[in-house]
Amino acid sequence: MSILQQSHLTPTDLGKQIDQPASLDFNDIQHFLMSRPPARAARYEFLSFKSGSQGRAWLTGLIDKVGTANAVGSNVTDSRWVTIGLTWNGLRALGVTEESLATFPEEFRQGMAARADILGTTGANHPDHWAGGLSSPNLHAIVILFARDVAERERCRREHETYVAQCGGVELLSALDLEAIPPFDHAHEHFGYRDRLSQPVIEGTGVEPTPGSGSPLKPGEFFLGYPDEEGAFAGMPQPEILSRNGSYVAYLKMEEHVGAFRDFLRAHGETPEQQELIAAKLMGRWRSGAPLVLAPDKDDPTLGADSQRNNDFNYAKMDAYGYGCPLGAHIRRMNPRDTAVNMNRRKMIRRGGTYGPALPEGVPDDGIERGIAAFVGCASLVRQFEFAMNVWTNDPKFHELGNERDPICGTQDGTFDMTIPKRPIRKKIKGLPAFTTIRGGAYFFLPGISALRYLVSLSDGV
Amino acid sequence: MATATTATPPTSTESDWTKPQAMAIPKEGYFTRQDGRYGPIYPRTPACYGFTLIAKIKPGREDAIRAYGKTIENAIADIPDALAALKLHYLRWVLFDIGKDTYFMYQGIFDTDFDKYTEDAVSLFTKLGLNTTFENLEGFPEDWKTNAPAFVRFVREHQCPSFLEYGEYPFVTADEIKKALKLKAAFADMLDLMQ
Repeated sequence: MSILQQSHLTPTDLGKQIDQPASLDFNDIQHFLMSRPPARAARYEFLSFKSGSQGRAWLTGLIDKVGTANAVGSNVTDSRWVTIGLTWNGLRALGVTEESLATFPEEFRQGMAARADILGTTGANHPDHWAGGLSSPNLHAIVILFARDVAERERCRREHETYVAQCGGVELLSALDLEAIPPFDHAHEHFGYRDRLSQPVIEGTGVEPTPGSGSPLKPGEFFLGYPDEEGAFAGMPQPEILSRNGSYVAYLKMEEHVGAFRDFLRAHGETPEQQELIAAKLMGRWRSGAPLVLAPDKDDPTLGADSQRNNDFNYAKMDAYGYGCPLGAHIRRMNPRDTAVNMNRRKMIRRGGTYGPALPEGVPDDGIERGIAAFVGCASLVRQFEFAMNVWTNDPKFHELGNERDPICGTQDGTFDMTIPKRPIRKKIKGLPAFTTIRGGAYFFLPGISALRYLVSLSDGV
Repeated sequence: MATATTATPPTSTESDWTKPQAMAIPKEGYFTRQDGRYGPIYPRTPACYGFTLIAKIKPGREDAIRAYGKTIENAIADIPDALAALKLHYLRWVLFDIGKDTYFMYQGIFDTDFDKYTEDAVSLFTKLGLNTTFENLEGFPEDWKTNAPAFVRFVREHQCPSFLEYGEYPFVTADEIKKALKLKAAFADMLDLMQ
């Protein structure tokens, strides 16, 4: 759950991180998974091409605006950052041949909506309920705009609106505006949990992982055309120019039911301290970010804010039975650390932000939709993203729990539990309510810049 | 894609380990088709999850496969938890002839839905050098190390689903059995200390 807020990296850091010698092609890779610009506003536009030629004409004019890893990392004066992703149907619409389309992995060809049973997006989370054309085969492209502030976003929105009108043949299916929510001094989501505490680092970027975050990962875990953690080059869709330096991203729009969440805390804790503890047990961290493994009984906001300490823990040795962090807590499911194997093959890069207004404390839920709209970037959707959804998020038997799903982002319908290990006898919360609902999602391919140029060079009917 | 069969699973209570259970399974290997990441999911039965792979071996490779039994024995002796990630109960490897051909049967009983941990298994097989066995099988994908989907396809094409499975202590996981034995040992120690 990545939240659009002030970056942990200062603009100077961003410049520094790609000065390092590396084999990564920073001039060709889109910046999106590589660096996090200091944005406080964003807009996602979901587009459909009426014809291949019109789609290519639109893309032609945008390529130079797409931020490469190099440009975004070194240019600290930028105030907006653009990323372009395409669905499999979008690649077809732009004129990619059937022969080439067939070389993309099956899960990407099917699209996220078709994989609902595997992902566990069932019931209220099912794609049938998704709005904005996200589950439609007409969804062809996404433009992700990150902006320094709302005024800059609005300027870009108007500019793109004019450009789309000039091009013709490009339909805006839907759009989502995002803004950081106060307080702005740290990244957090609507429930109030500090975010961005555990992010993988890519080898060759020069970024140092924080203690406890593991070694830098091979670029092939995130970008096609590079060796991955097993030393192999994963199968690349053909022609190679189309897939080199590309990544897959899974988009998820997740509504957060802040009123229901706060009601739940009140129902399960008599005092504010008890309510905070319940909130911490669901997440595995206090809302300050302090991990329960290191601060099991009492919040420690200084620890929560200290990036040198707040991710430096394990489970097998430090909290095997979950007396601190429950086995089914969100962070223990989404990153089981030393209690799962092949963790380096399951890592993902998260980007995104919060949408909708913050709900002030003590105010009843106003019925306005608010939540997180995030992207998960990886080299293999089936191995990385779908595994996380299928097993970590929604497998009731994960960690032998029997009847639990992720309490924060799992598909909940009131029939699952949450076990909180406690001496002498554990506490079991029966019938956990849904604190979140998936409102949309899609799989996109983020091509490298050369691949975008290749795409605009195509023609219809070849 | 869903092809519901007429058979229905017996109404079983997974928590009642005291009552032995048998389960007859339709020809497809499942009752109602449910897809995992790599295809249909086979159900958990009173004998837990499992598979039975049967594949023809390449001519003249029998000795190579047979010798690999010793390699696995040594690997486990050196690193007893080498296969822990698979949450196994038992493995059985069998070679048998049909006419002039020799077949390899690989039967595994375990506690995890294989579909969920496919990549972990492939990775483990690589580390243990299991390829030296599997590459002796006809039709095994040569690029299996980097092509998990092809590996999975081979496994699924050679899977022979059970039509009957039985459990004397149904649905009990290996972890639960080990916990019970640990508890028994702890009680025995406690009784010793009470003397």
